Amino acid sequence: MAIVFQKPKSLTSKELHYCPGCPHGIIHRLVAQAIDSLGIEGKTIGVAPVGCAVMAYDYFSCDMVEAAHGRAPAVATGLKRSLPENVIFTYQGDGDLASIGMAETVHAATRNENITIIFVNNAIYGMTGGQMAPTSLPGQVTQTSPYGRDVKLQGYPIRVCEMLSALDAPYYIERVAVNNVKNVNQAKKAIEKAFRNQIEGKGFSLIEVVSACPTNWGMTPQRALQWVEEKMIPYYPLGVYKDRGAEEVKA
Amino acid sequence: MAKVTFNEDICKGCGLCVDACPKQILKLDRSKINRKGHNPAVMTDQAKCIGCAFCATMCPDCVITVEK
Amino acid sequence: MAEKVLMKGNEAIAEAALRAGCLHYFGYPITPQTELTAYMAKRLPKTEGGVFLQAESEIAAINMVYGVASTGKRVMTSSSSPGVSLKQEGISYIAGADLPAVIVNVQRGGPGLGGIQPSQSDYFQATKGGGHGDYHLIVLTPSSVQEMADLTSLAFDLADKYRCPAMLLADGTMGQMMEPVALPEPHKSVIDKPWAVTGTQMKREHNIINSLYLSPEVLEKTNFQRFERYAEIEKNEVRFESYLMDDAEYCIVAFGIAARVAKNAITAMRKEGLKVGLIRPITVWPFPKKAIREAADKVKGFVCVELSMGQMIEDVRLAEECLRPVMLCNRAGGMIPGVDQIVSMTRSLVSSVEGGAR
Repeated sequence: MAIVFQKPKSLTSKELHYCPGCPHGIIHRLVAQAIDSLGIEGKTIGVAPVGCAVMAYDYFSCDMVEAAHGRAPAVATGLKRSLPENVIFTYQGDGDLASIGMAETVHAATRNENITIIFVNNAIYGMTGGQMAPTSLPGQVTQTSPYGRDVKLQGYPIRVCEMLSALDAPYYIERVAVNNVKNVNQAKKAIEKAFRNQIEGKGFSLIEVVSACPTNWGMTPQRALQWVEEKMIPYYPLGVYKDRGAEEVKA
Repeated sequence: MAKVTFNEDICKGCGLCVDACPKQILKLDRSKINRKGHNPAVMTDQAKCIGCAFCATMCPDCVITVEK
Repeated sequence: MAEKVLMKGNEAIAEAALRAGCLHYFGYPITPQTELTAYMAKRLPKTEGGVFLQAESEIAAINMVYGVASTGKRVMTSSSSPGVSLKQEGISYIAGADLPAVIVNVQRGGPGLGGIQPSQSDYFQATKGGGHGDYHLIVLTPSSVQEMADLTSLAFDLADKYRCPAMLLADGTMGQMMEPVALPEPHKSVIDKPWAVTGTQMKREHNIINSLYLSPEVLEKTNFQRFERYAEIEKNEVRFESYLMDDAEYCIVAFGIAARVAKNAITAMRKEGLKVGLIRPITVWPFPKKAIREAADKVKGFVCVELSMGQMIEDVRLAEECLRPVMLCNRAGGMIPGVDQIVSMTRSLVSSVEGGAR
């Protein structure tokens, strides 16, 4: 018998602190699996966000840098521009990437910065106890939208993939999910592609992973993943939003 | 022939593996409490396991190792 | 004697940084320091390994600096007062992660959007924090274009030596004026940085650049350890100029452009028989406390000349331990104190100390 599935080497032995059923664990594993497959652990440097994944620096065995809230793409830009042979990735939540860090996200994309961004969208601010996120759905009840997100007062959610794909520059943008095995497998492929693009010097790759927050959504892990299927994915459709590689082939 | 091993100590009893298993041969063992205070997931019928690794795919904590 | 070139202060900083082996610069245009950004934009792309990027904001720029600093490589950003306010969180992170980096503030009038003329009103921001938490920057205050170059070089060396960010706190006059300068010889960092993130190459445990310590015991320990380094800096790196202090009866304390004007005022006063000297801090952190305290044993009073509503004066008062009167001679909003004003204020001090005009 051979091992067909085991914990990736580029995850450390530290036990994850995430809530039971939190998809961060799945997504961390997919990133680690990509790093292992591509054999790049020795030259990878990851940038951790502020959010539930703030301690990601303890979970990946590559060199890691903790960034200020929202600033990971800028930190990654500094890292990549000074160490162009290294592989630089950021791992960010919806507040980090689409609220406080929106300028850094857009500008890294428009510079086609040769980095890999893993964007975890669970429509809520988990670490601080469940406040509204820029990706919280209309009507969604959170600690700072206790009567449901009122689009008249609090605006509409931001679809990051659609928005960034309007820019000319970014190389690859795909939205995936991890709510069932089929989606996890597609997410794994997308994340590996996002790293491979960087190795090949192609430019900015962002993978938005539609995720869940059972604790702050007030649901069991099972119900939360169903909610992803029923409510999140219809609002944030899965698929490839930008693929300059494919466009180049067509041209 | 397939074998799954559970690192019971780090299981958080989230149950995602139980839902994912197409053969429905996993369960949370309510008679056990691991050192994290959870009911860990366990295999109930190893012979029926097809080594699909769906359980390990959905596990957020790399609790499961699959051999085939 | 090294050849001298006529240069603008802002550009002298940039050229000195390049010669100190700084190949990475991130900035954003803001008056009165934009020439520094423009100089780097021109030179770095033509320099082997050079990285120039105009960032989307001063916040992005300081975070790009943090990224490069994590790799151990020399890196700089520059801005002016409102932009430096934006950088404060990033500076706190750089300090909290014990990273070397150089930040240049070419000060303008404030607060708020303020004006574009020179000031020294970010002294508190530079020396008392600015960003959150317990930390210090090594803060250098040039008083000539030559010092704009020399102190930039020194800033990189000190930052590397102590794993601490350093700030060049210039006023707008220093940035804009042109003077002959003998540029420093090119040199590189010689300090080993085993803590840097460069990729493990699978040969070592991973390095983590971080300032988060959720355990208060651990966070407290890092604070105390950092302050041990600051104690070393205070012991070893105080720099100041002592001008005509040997026989001085009154002492002016001033830095930057204020010190230049003060020297002219001292010349005028000495002609009238008034024995005034100058202590010119070159580091305002660490502050030349000992020099001020020793002067307090000899002189009858101090005049602080500042382009602010009085910030350095508090450090002077603390240093001289209330032994002598300290008066403030100041302008704000971009105005520069003149010789007459300094003379007049010193004479007021003399009157109040000795009674009757002298």
